[in-house]
Amino acid sequence: MNAMSAIMRPNAKMSVRDLSPTRIRAVMRKELRELRRNRFIASTMAVMPVLFMVAPIATIFGIPASAASDKINAGIGVSVLYLTLIPALVPAVVASYAVVGEREQGTLEPVLTTPVRREEVLIGKALAAFIPTLVVSYVMYGLFLALAGIFAHPNVASAVFQAPRIVAQLLFTPLLAGWSIWAGIAVSTRANDIRVAQQLGTLVSLPPLAITALMGFNVIRPTLHLALLLGAVLLVINVLAWRLVSTLFDRERLITGVRA
Amino acid sequence: MARSAPAPQAPQASGPAIVVERLTKRFGERTAFADVDFSVDYGEVFGFLGPNGAGKTTTVRTLGTLIEPTSGTAMVAGLPVTPDNGVRIRQRISVMPEAPGLYLRLSVAENLEFFAGLYELSEPRERIERALRAVNLLDRADDPCRSLSKGLRQRVGLARALLNDPQVLFLDEPTSGLDPVAAGVVHDLIDDLRRRGVTIFLTTHRLAEAERLCDRVGFMNTTLRMVGRPDELREQLFSKSLEIRVREPLAEPDRVLGHLQGADGWRLADDGKYVLSVTDMDTAAPEAARAVVAAGADLLSLSPSQHSLEDVYFQLIDSDVEAETR
Repeated sequence: MNAMSAIMRPNAKMSVRDLSPTRIRAVMRKELRELRRNRFIASTMAVMPVLFMVAPIATIFGIPASAASDKINAGIGVSVLYLTLIPALVPAVVASYAVVGEREQGTLEPVLTTPVRREEVLIGKALAAFIPTLVVSYVMYGLFLALAGIFAHPNVASAVFQAPRIVAQLLFTPLLAGWSIWAGIAVSTRANDIRVAQQLGTLVSLPPLAITALMGFNVIRPTLHLALLLGAVLLVINVLAWRLVSTLFDRERLITGVRA
Repeated sequence: MARSAPAPQAPQASGPAIVVERLTKRFGERTAFADVDFSVDYGEVFGFLGPNGAGKTTTVRTLGTLIEPTSGTAMVAGLPVTPDNGVRIRQRISVMPEAPGLYLRLSVAENLEFFAGLYELSEPRERIERALRAVNLLDRADDPCRSLSKGLRQRVGLARALLNDPQVLFLDEPTSGLDPVAAGVVHDLIDDLRRRGVTIFLTTHRLAEAERLCDRVGFMNTTLRMVGRPDELREQLFSKSLEIRVREPLAEPDRVLGHLQGADGWRLADDGKYVLSVTDMDTAAPEAARAVVAAGADLLSLSPSQHSLEDVYFQLIDSDVEAETR
């Protein structure tokens, strides 16, 4: 089996129909309970979005009414870039803890002795990072839109409310979170230390932000078609990333530290 | 929680619960275990003994489908151990690793609820209640695992292993690191499971534990050195003997003990006892008693020599060490 086919079909005998929603739900519920009670992660997930909201709001309010449209677009682009840091960085903290955290606690082996499939563990863990991230990101974006609509200069507000920008933000938020989660879990699967995993997880969550950065700095003009196209590309990358992470999740290596 | 559900009972099944043939596991150059053969019947408590690094835990992990064998075959709960059967085997068995591995931020019940979900159990609340009652922890269901002592955590681990009413229960060093009282509680629980007919594969290096709990034991030291009932192993390794204690040393011991019916020799042990090697205990014991009394000695005690599983263990380990140094 070559590397690419391994990524496309990590467990050749397993089909998506074999996945158990009950087991995925059990993993997700447990993860959410643990996240809520893990002060470090819960506070990171609460504080980080607020910090990333302050800068865009300040930027928007700082744009003068007389500013040229290029300057307004640049300002909004930077603001949006800050906002996309939320779905990129918040789940990275959670996802990079997902596997290495269990290994350090000694809880991974008991889980792997049950009938749960690796794909179910991964999807459950990913959803537990994805759902709160999506809620927090959309709430923050909604808050940003509301504040811009109420307090920003009408010229600035109308630029903020341009349809392509909103579609891109709505579309990119889950996809950036997805990338960040799979990258974080991949790192977590290979790492032997939680802190190293979290640092690397944060680092590997950043590359897709290049797209929003290019839009933010007006290198790419945000249009509806472009947003949809880039969204589709990110979606494909997410699916491949899930497959790749599934191949990395090797029971034997995770339990014994070596592969025969 | 209501106190109504019965305790877990062993599921009915036929044929051996575990069959292992020439099973070998290597990690690169290192051999964890090699050419292991044994079988375990349903309802049996099988002890797997051996020093640290003997391959006991790796064997459990292999039979529990956590790791793949390098060669050989195994059948667990009626299914061949192959990657395709991993999920089905894990549905029929339970493995309690050496460290209970509980989520310390979750309560006891939440931990079990999670595992009930992984086993897709119907009526999870009843199952959890039943498992907690089996380990006498029903009143601690809502306590965070962080607040439990090591012994109680081990019992939660045992409750978790009972959730799915396993056909085969693998217990890897279940009393490791526990004080004698906590270990005694775990022993009682295992004893209780045994009475209910649960098949248990118990790895331990506590020999008294194995002697008390196991129907048969296997001695592992990379290869499986011996398998049998503890009394069978003692018989295989040690000749039958009688220990005779007298108040004063016999003046002519060879004349008294050297020609007894049912005995084929004697020796003086370091502690002053006379040890009679016997071929027929029923003949030799009364003969020896009469001979000692007839010789005018005060007979203090006369009893068959007791060899513990520990003696068997050290005999085997010593012979391994000797073989290595030869």
